[in-house]
Amino acid sequence: MSEQKETIITVRNLVKKFGNFKANDNLNFEVFKGEIFGFLGANGAGKTTTIKILCGLWAPTSGEIKVAGFDIYNQTEQIKRNIGYMSQKFSLYEDITVFENIRLFGGIYGLSRHEIAHRAADLMHRLDLEHSRDKLISSLPLGWRQKLAFSVAILHNPKLVFLDEPTGGVDPVTRRKFWDQIYEAADRGITVFVTTHYMDEAEYCDRVSIMVDGRIADLDTPSALKGKYGVKNMNEVFLKIARIKPDQNN
Amino acid sequence: MALNINNIHKSFEGLQALNNITFSVKEGELFGLIGPDGAGKTTLFRIITTLLLPDRGEVDLFGLDVLKNYKKIRQLVGYMAGRFSLYHDLTVEENLKFYATVFGTTIEKNYDLIKDVYCQIEPFKTRKAGKLSGGMKQKLALSCALIHKPRLLVLDEPTTGVDAVSRTEFWDMLKRLQKKGITILVSTPYMDEASLCNRVGLIQKGNLLSVNKPENIIAEYQRELLSVSSDNLYKLVNDLRNEKDTHSAFLFGQSVHLTRKDRKESVKQVIKYLRDKGHGSIHINVIKPGIEDCFMDLMHKEDEFLLSG
Amino acid sequence: MKRFWGFVLKEFLHIFRDPRTMLILFGMPIVQILLFGYVITNEIKDIKIAILDQSKDPVTIELTNKIISSGFFILDRNIKSMNEVEDVFKEGNVRQVIIFESGFGRKLKREGTANIQLIADASDANTANLVVHYTMAIIDDFVREQNKLTGSPIQFIPEVRMLYNNELKGVYMFIPGIMAMILILVSAMMTSISIVREKELGTMETLLVSPLRPAQIILGKVTPYIALSFINAVTIIIMGNLVFGMPVQGSIILLLAESILYILLGLSLGILISTITKTQQNAMFISLFALMLPTILLSGFIFPIENMPKILQWLSILMPPRWFITIIKNIMLKGTGLMYVWKETLILIVMTSVFLGLSIRKFKIRLE
Repeated sequence: MSEQKETIITVRNLVKKFGNFKANDNLNFEVFKGEIFGFLGANGAGKTTTIKILCGLWAPTSGEIKVAGFDIYNQTEQIKRNIGYMSQKFSLYEDITVFENIRLFGGIYGLSRHEIAHRAADLMHRLDLEHSRDKLISSLPLGWRQKLAFSVAILHNPKLVFLDEPTGGVDPVTRRKFWDQIYEAADRGITVFVTTHYMDEAEYCDRVSIMVDGRIADLDTPSALKGKYGVKNMNEVFLKIARIKPDQNN
Repeated sequence: MALNINNIHKSFEGLQALNNITFSVKEGELFGLIGPDGAGKTTLFRIITTLLLPDRGEVDLFGLDVLKNYKKIRQLVGYMAGRFSLYHDLTVEENLKFYATVFGTTIEKNYDLIKDVYCQIEPFKTRKAGKLSGGMKQKLALSCALIHKPRLLVLDEPTTGVDAVSRTEFWDMLKRLQKKGITILVSTPYMDEASLCNRVGLIQKGNLLSVNKPENIIAEYQRELLSVSSDNLYKLVNDLRNEKDTHSAFLFGQSVHLTRKDRKESVKQVIKYLRDKGHGSIHINVIKPGIEDCFMDLMHKEDEFLLSG
Repeated sequence: MKRFWGFVLKEFLHIFRDPRTMLILFGMPIVQILLFGYVITNEIKDIKIAILDQSKDPVTIELTNKIISSGFFILDRNIKSMNEVEDVFKEGNVRQVIIFESGFGRKLKREGTANIQLIADASDANTANLVVHYTMAIIDDFVREQNKLTGSPIQFIPEVRMLYNNELKGVYMFIPGIMAMILILVSAMMTSISIVREKELGTMETLLVSPLRPAQIILGKVTPYIALSFINAVTIIIMGNLVFGMPVQGSIILLLAESILYILLGLSLGILISTITKTQQNAMFISLFALMLPTILLSGFIFPIENMPKILQWLSILMPPRWFITIIKNIMLKGTGLMYVWKETLILIVMTSVFLGLSIRKFKIRLE
């Protein structure tokens, strides 16, 4: 980590209020290009709010935020073109086929027909889905769907991809294969911004931030955090940080 | 025995959801059913709670057959469904009160039992259930499932999608309930929660892979497990997978868990191989497996068994 | 029993907390009645008429002037003979032809009575009825003025003929029709949605696992809607009477009892729908397409059953609203008792028992 770090997300004094309630209370952090950034926090800590702001879906109440070099207030269109997004809740349309999904999302991000055909072929080859080209998404096992969803989310080669609890409920092998994919994307230079409830996954991240009650309670590499709190895994780090103020705030 | 499950089969539209499931839960036990989404956990729980009929096999609860005595069984079981079945437009207190009347009791009568759980959300009792955080919904749903003093508590994925703090607190509560003599059957996709149960069943694709105490499942693991780390984790896992003697290589936190086909001199060989590949700061040591290692190993065996069969 | 009332209480809480449900339950009936009422019984204005004056004496001319200057009517043309009447109507502009018999004024002077014939195009039954009523009112007014002037009482004998739709179906039709529609909608759609919502939320699982019996669950879900539908029925009857002068000639108790029977029918249909659907959306679509459209189209509410193709006539026999509309029309307009509507009532009873039986058979004590 000695090379010059290029930032892809810069957040300065981000505040988001809903009425009197501060969902995000003066956040400050950077995400560097090519890193896997783990964004952790308890339910209701304000993670989703931050992600929505970073994706350009909500405007913050105040603060300076740049994503992929663009300003969050007036360049949301450029931001959207340069990011990918995948969540556990929605990823692909279940009632259309594998290829149709790829074509759809390729089209949404403005890829030419030729590019779509080329990337779709490449993608299905890599994921070993060639024989499933015309199968409905709903007929694929969950693990495959998630792999495909991730590939589709980065089909347009975004600079940055947001993953909102991408691995909920899948078996341990599939979960790890999914992380292989994340690593591969990071290796290609795509920055990964990921939330998860699996604390072992926090260990796969280059750096991890932990949110408590709308604030970033700590942010560092997993090994530094473990050292700082004198514990042996990220689960204990999380418990130490997040337990200070238990489930009183919503 | 609180619960006996014998040769349960169940399929939906030709898809096998449960295949020959047999196990039993002792009275007063905290039993965990562990497996990913789609493994068949919910289906099995619905059969136990009389909501579904098995295609084949028997289930008996406290000596009562699930098929014939469903009415009696429904009095004995507290069931917390996967989606926290709460009425979002009713307040916390109204939800609890409703479930109390449905079971012919009152909050006051069984307050002792739920106090431990309910007191944490009682300050918010006039809040609508839909406006609660995940952790609070979970506690309310548990209070509702407990309100009629069930002998068996069946909890379907109570910790899914709930943050690590709430999860830990939830397990602490379960332990305390267990001390009060309630038998608890709980399912979870989080492998790390296995160690919190007295016994666990590992389930995958409708098949029960193993039923045992967590420590015994770990003791039954037969391979030598190596934890490998180097300065480049992604390259490390790829290189290890391409090595000819590798049986499996998976990411576990900041290291890779490696098993090999050949046990001879494995550490030395791996170090040499990784040095040749240009890795620096290589650490290898033999470690004890966790439940997740065991699950992955059992999954692999099951797949091989199915392929050969 | 305590369990049951606890359940009913909860159901009321759901209803009262959801503004949309409240709106459908109480807003819709009022809006519908006013909407239909005013669309159908709007004031008439500038209605084109034709006059066949076979007498052309001072009386007929004065009366003609009075009718035309009333502002309601425009004289489209004068016609010469009865043969033209049919043609005038076929052209479609003229809604009413007024015919004075020949020697009108003379006969009036001699006998004190004379005949006026009013022929209206009743293919639009409501307008026809209004047109005739307005004309008669003007004539009555004229007669009263004449009587005051002359002292010797005279009398016009108007003869009204409705062309194309002799019985004037459609008048007073909309209140029974709306009642039939709203009651079935509220009772069937709202109950099916509220039952299916529990399935969607996952709370049905918990209820089924509880010691509540399936019948208790269903009754608990349905009871509030019986009460609310009944309030709706009463509201409609009162509004029909106060705003549109819809009479209740017959027994009000019989009317309410028949309404309750019809509500029960709707509820059993709602339960049946809930047993075959899994999402609220589905339940709503089925209710709308299977209940509301047929109610409007096939029950005789808007289109007279006699004018339908045979197949649709047969189909309309299966429509509960058809029988309900017949029953309440008889009670409200003709003042008939149970003696005259027992057949329709029996049909409704049979339908209710069939639906109820089917849904009890289909309601599962388990999830599958």
